[in-house]
Parts: sequence; structure tokens; C-alpha cells
Amino acid sequence: MKSALKRMAVTAVAATGLIGGSAAMAEDLRYVMVSHADDADAWWNVIRNGLALGGEQMDVTVEYRNPPTGDLADMARIIEQAAASGPHGIITTLADPDVLSGPISDAVDSGIDVIIINSGTPEQAREVGALMYIGQPEYDAGFAAGQRAADDGISSFLCVNHYIAQPASSERCQGFADGLGVDLGNQMIDSGTDPSEIQNRVMAYMNANPETEAVLTLGPTSADPTIMALDSLGLAGDIYFGTFDLGGDIVEAIRDGVINWGIDQQPFLQAYLPVIVLANYHRYGVLPGNNINSGPGFVTADDLDLVSELAGEFR
Amino acid sequence: MSSTGMATDERIRKTSRLRTALVRPELGAIVGVIAVFLFFIVFAGDSGMFNPQGVLNWSTVSAQFVIIAVGACMLMIAGEFDLSVGSMIGFAGMSIAIMSVTLGWPVWMAIILTFVLCVSIGALTGTIVVRTGLPSFIVSLAFLFILRGFTIFFPQVIERRTIIGGISNAAEGDWLAPLFGGKLGAPFFTWLADMNIIATYSRGSRMGEPMVSGIPMLIVWALVLVVIAHIVLTRTKFGNWVFASGGDAQAARYVGVPVARVKILMFMFTAFCATVFATCQVMEFGSAGADRGLLKEFEAIIAVVIGGALLTGGFGSVIGAALGAIIFGVVQQGLFFAGVESSLFRVFLGVILLFAVILNTYIRRIITGER
Repeated sequence: MKSALKRMAVTAVAATGLIGGSAAMAEDLRYVMVSHADDADAWWNVIRNGLALGGEQMDVTVEYRNPPTGDLADMARIIEQAAASGPHGIITTLADPDVLSGPISDAVDSGIDVIIINSGTPEQAREVGALMYIGQPEYDAGFAAGQRAADDGISSFLCVNHYIAQPASSERCQGFADGLGVDLGNQMIDSGTDPSEIQNRVMAYMNANPETEAVLTLGPTSADPTIMALDSLGLAGDIYFGTFDLGGDIVEAIRDGVINWGIDQQPFLQAYLPVIVLANYHRYGVLPGNNINSGPGFVTADDLDLVSELAGEFR
Repeated sequence: MSSTGMATDERIRKTSRLRTALVRPELGAIVGVIAVFLFFIVFAGDSGMFNPQGVLNWSTVSAQFVIIAVGACMLMIAGEFDLSVGSMIGFAGMSIAIMSVTLGWPVWMAIILTFVLCVSIGALTGTIVVRTGLPSFIVSLAFLFILRGFTIFFPQVIERRTIIGGISNAAEGDWLAPLFGGKLGAPFFTWLADMNIIATYSRGSRMGEPMVSGIPMLIVWALVLVVIAHIVLTRTKFGNWVFASGGDAQAARYVGVPVARVKILMFMFTAFCATVFATCQVMEFGSAGADRGLLKEFEAIIAVVIGGALLTGGFGSVIGAALGAIIFGVVQQGLFFAGVESSLFRVFLGVILLFAVILNTYIRRIITGER
């Protein structure tokens, strides 16, 4: 009943075009984040920490929800459910606009402010009626990485895709290929998520295609086993190796010279900033005038100290 | 001596009444449903779980489980498993997407052909199980991988991505699509909104329209499947054959039950249910993805087991399975409403499953008299 009243108050204020400042100020603000990650995805731990820290600093309630198996149709139900629970704001990813844009725009239309993070594009965020987009455009990041590799003299690569079912993953590989100026073709493999399978598939590919010049992995899930695979092939430190996202082993490998660079999309900002933005918007009616790019930033051996200290926690 | 005898008699009489009540496969599930609703009314009563949107949310999720649980239940009573249900959901959705979007065929044709294709695959699974005598566990596990593999392979090769969208556009004006993706009773809900009984959108292009605009066909399908399956199972000769095939296949053959045909038909029915699930999902969301339906086979089996069916076959009820699916759906969504950390969902699931299985084992011991 209390939350229903709260929602009505916020809704009423929002509907008249005013900002929900004074109405929500005295009350506890509640924000729900819905991600598309399955339970086992370690990378999202940083997101959860950033979200919790944002909630703590702004003195608002934050909740994190995700589909246990990463099934996007389940995620749509969770967004509907989150909207039904009447929070002040929803922070969510737009991993597949076909599936998610309906539930998200329903939430927006029912008076809940939405910020899109991580997956999706600024245009898609605008189409569903979100306040803003905070993230790293996937194709652009892949493209920038491809250009960087091209500058280093690379012309062929292997993309180890551990979550091929999501379009964002293929876009990273496609962007990298386009940045290099080569055709993606068969250079992307579906590695699955099991570490030993990934390791064996990378070894099999490298044995079958010994002329491969570079390896691109899409996150700790595929990077860690790939490091081991290259180790046992005797290619570690020799082959050009770039990866998306950071994690404990990746940072070690960058320090050891096995990985040339890691693309940091700074997930911390994707979770922390939406809470700050929403809380200030609901309390004081202030809103940044643009989308926020949280990445890409390239992490190399030169700027590792702070990163390695906080890897897996806030980096 | 005589006094101890009397005490024992009393105890037997007491438990026997309880036992007569317990020997219904649904009873555990009925108690479970009541317990689950009481729990969430207490802990999530004011969280929006029981407002119209909230009710629609967990009803839809429960209906999804009901659809696949009905198929899994019939098959389990007939003594077999199908672990390929989740992969079949992904495969059927992708099949519709490829036929209607990539190949540009009319959506009704894509739907019908997909049903034919998937039910045939169900028949193939059943035939292999019956002909080879291999455990259905292994055969359907093989199909779990085969179908999931194709679901990733085909869109990757044809469209170079693993999600195919644009089905909503293709389905516009189609005569068959609304049967899966439509909503029932829209005027009624508009009227409810006009009477201020349900909330309306406060902004955007649909301002003033009710937030709950109708009952999804998914829920209608779930109800229809439960009713039909229940009648077939409890009121027809074929239903008796299903029980007999699962209870003791050899004995059933001796009395003239076509066990092989029954089992193959049940595999086809399971595939049919998975395809209904997939079609509703694809028509609602407008896209098919290679990751759809992951682990749904276990969710179906869990719902059936919570509903009181025995894993060994020959005993169970469709109503029980449906109630099990409702428990599953309500718990899954309700835990979110109650603000429980989402990673704890699996812990609750495991506890409920364990509790249900222990209860069911107890029931079986009463029935068969084994110790």
C-alpha cells in the first residue's frame, strides 16, 4: 500500500511535467537493476559492487536481478515484474531490443524512469523512452581494437566467442574484423563456456590454423582458458593477444606480457553512475544532457598497478 | 500385552485416514500452492505482487511452466523422460523465425510447418527409444545437444547472427499468429480501466490505456492443454494405456496395450507442448534467439515432480503437474517481489524439489506397501 502511494505520487508529479523532487525527497528511493547475465558470469560482480556502492553513497535502496540461465525471454518477465513492484527507477540492459523493448517501454509509460546500460545503443535507448544510455557501444569498441591491431601489423585473428547466443558478442568480433580490414569468415569460434572446452577448442584451432597472427577473447570466461591454451602451445607472449574486459588472470597476463591490451568498458561506471544520476534526478531534478560513454579504454602493462589492485572488485 | 495391542491399533487407524488423503498425487501440490500463496501474501503483500500487473506477471510465467509440464507429465506417467524440451523450444522458435523472416514465407505456414517438423522430431526420439530399448534419458540427452547445435548453427550460417528479429512485422495481419501471440478480453480490460479498477499508463503513446490489456494466449493455451490432457488421462481408454505403459510395460503388453505406440505418441505430445511454448514466445517477443529455453527441460520435470508424479512412471496427474508449475512460477517471481537476493532462487528451488521428492517417495511407499 505504501509503495503504491509512493508510486502514485511520483507518477502524478511526472505526469504533470514537473520533476519528482519534493515528492520523493523525504521518501526512500528504490532502484532495480535487471541484467542479462546468467548467475555464473563473474564479470557482473563489478557491476553489483558498483551498484551497491552507489546505493550506499546516495542512501537509496538498490536491488539486482538477473535471469539465472541468461535466457532473455526470462529477463523480459523480470523487467515486467520489476515494473509491477513499482520502483522509482529501473536500470537495465538492452541485450535484444526485439524482446526487451516492449517490457521496457511499458515500464517507462507506467511512470518509471529507465536508464539503459551496457548493451544496446544510444538510439535504441532513446526509442524505448529511456532517460539516457551509459555504456560502451560494442561494434565501435571492436572496431577501435581492430584498428589498433592493424596499426601493430596484424592481418588475421581468432575470435574466441563464449556467448555466441547474444548479438553483442558477434558485433565485437565483426567490429574487430572490420577495424582490421579483413573478412570475419570462419575466424570466430563458438567456444562454449566450459573452461576446458574453451582451452581445447583454442588449441585445436591454433593447430589447424598455425598462421593465425592474433587472438581476441571477449571476456574473462574465454580469456582465462585461452591464456592456458596458448601457454601449452608455447605461443604465450609470442602471439598478439587482445581481450575485452578485465579480470584477475587477465591483469596478470597483461603484466607478464602474454596479453597486449585489455579493453576496459569500466563496468563500475555503468552501475554506479545510473544510481547517482537517478537519485539526483529524483531529488533535485538535475539530469546530464547527454549519454555517457563508459568506455572503451585500453589497459596495457603501463597502467596496471591500480587496475590489478581492484580487478574483479571495481575494475 | 493387550494394552500395547490396542495402542498400536489406534495409531494405525489414525495414520490410515491421513494416508487415504495423501494417496492422491495432487494433494502435496495443493498444500504447496496454499502454503506458497500464504507465504507471499505475508512477505510480499504490499510489493505489487498482487496488483493486476503483478498477477499477470506470475500467471504468465506459471503458464509457461504449465505448458511444458503437461507434456512432461504425460510422458513421465508413460514411463519416459524428454530432456530435449528446452532445446526443442529454442529450435522451434528459430525454425519459425527462419521460415518467416529469412525465407519470407507466410507466418501461418511457418508455424504449421514448424509444428510438423518438431512433432516429427518428437516421433523420431520416441521411435529410437522404443526400437533400441535405450533409456530415454540418454536418447533425449542426445537430442538436447543436436537441436541446440542446429539452433545456433543455422542462424549463424544464414544470417551471421544468433538472434533473428522482425517476426512481429512479418506476423502483422496473419490469421494464425494471434492464436499464439494475441491477447484475450481487451475490451473487458479497457472497461476495467475506465472504471478505475486497474491502473493505466500515465505517459507515452499509450497514455490512458490499461496497463493490463488482456489475457495472453499463453495462459489460454495452458488452461486448454491442462483440461484436455486431464480428460484424456482420467476419462479415456488411452489414458489407462498411458498409466499401464509407465507402470509395467511388459504386463501392459500382455493385456494388449500398444506400449510402443503410446510412448511414441507421448514423445510427440511433449514436442507439441514445447512448440506451443516456443510459438507463443516468438509471437509475443517478435524474435527468436539461440539461447531460448535453456534448462527448461529440468524446470518442466521439476514442476511435474513437485506435482506428485513418480519419476519411475505409472503414477501422477496433470492437475498436479499444473499446480507444481504454478508453485514454481509463483516462487520464482515471488522471491523477486519479496526482495530476496536473486542468486538464492536456486537454493529455494532445490529445497522445494527435495521436499517434494521426499513427500512423493513416502506416498509411493504407502501405495505399493514397500518399506
